[in-house]
Amino acid sequence: MAALAIPVLLFLLFLAFPLGWIGAPSFERLHDLVRMPIVRLGLFVLCFFSLFHWAHRFRYTLYDGLQIKHLNHLIFPFCYGGALLGSVVAGYLLWNFH
Amino acid sequence: MSQPPRSSSYTEYHPRWYRPRVSTWWWMGRWSYLKFILREISSVFVAWFIMELLMLIHALSSGQGAFPQQAYREFLIWLRNPVVVFLNVASLFFVVFHAVTWFNLAAAAMVVRVKGKKIPGVLIAGSNYAAWIVVTAILAWALLRA
Repeated sequence: MAALAIPVLLFLLFLAFPLGWIGAPSFERLHDLVRMPIVRLGLFVLCFFSLFHWAHRFRYTLYDGLQIKHLNHLIFPFCYGGALLGSVVAGYLLWNFH
Repeated sequence: MSQPPRSSSYTEYHPRWYRPRVSTWWWMGRWSYLKFILREISSVFVAWFIMELLMLIHALSSGQGAFPQQAYREFLIWLRNPVVVFLNVASLFFVVFHAVTWFNLAAAAMVVRVKGKKIPGVLIAGSNYAAWIVVTAILAWALLRA
C-alpha cells in the first residue's frame, strides 16, 4: 500500500509544489481536504503501516547488513518504539485537526 | 531412558560449530546483494516521508489566529532548502525503486491459481502496475484540484 501511494504524494507535496513545478494548492483548499474524515483516516492508516513497515525492515537491515543482531535489546525498542510513537503522534495530530 | 540435557552448554564431545566469518560489507560484492540492501534501506526514506507528512499536517492544523497560513508558508520555504530537496529526490528514487522491484518480484512471491491453472507472472506484475497507476491518478486528481 505504501508502495502505491507514497511516490505520488512525495513528488507532488514535497518536490513539485514547493519548488514551483506545479502550482501549490492554497492553504484553505489543502486544509479543507485534510479536514475530511475519510482523508484523515487514510492518512492515519498510511502513517501507521508505513512506520511499522520501516520498523520491521530497518531492524532486519541492521541484522543482515551490519550483522549487529547481538544489539537486539537496543534495536527492537528503537524500531518498534519509534513506530509506535510516530503512530501516536499521527493519531493525535489527525484526531485534533480542525 | 535418560533424557538429553536441555541446555546447550559445552560438553567434552560437543562438536565445534563451523561458522566462517562473513564480512560486514558482504552485500558490496554482487549487484543482486547490493540491490537487496538498497531495497531494505528504502524503508528509512519511507520513515522520512512520514515525518514530513506529519510536519505538513501540523503546519496545516496549527494555522489558527490572525495568520493561519503562516506555518504552511514556512513549511513550503523549508522544503526549498537544498539539503531537504536532496533528501526528497533521494527518497523519491528509493520509493520508486522499492515499488518497481516489489511489483516485479510479486509474481514470484504470489502464486495465484484459478481453476488449478497458475496465473502467469506478467499478469500479476501487470495488475500491480495497474493498481499503482489508478492510486496515483486518484491522489494526483485530489491534490491538483485542491
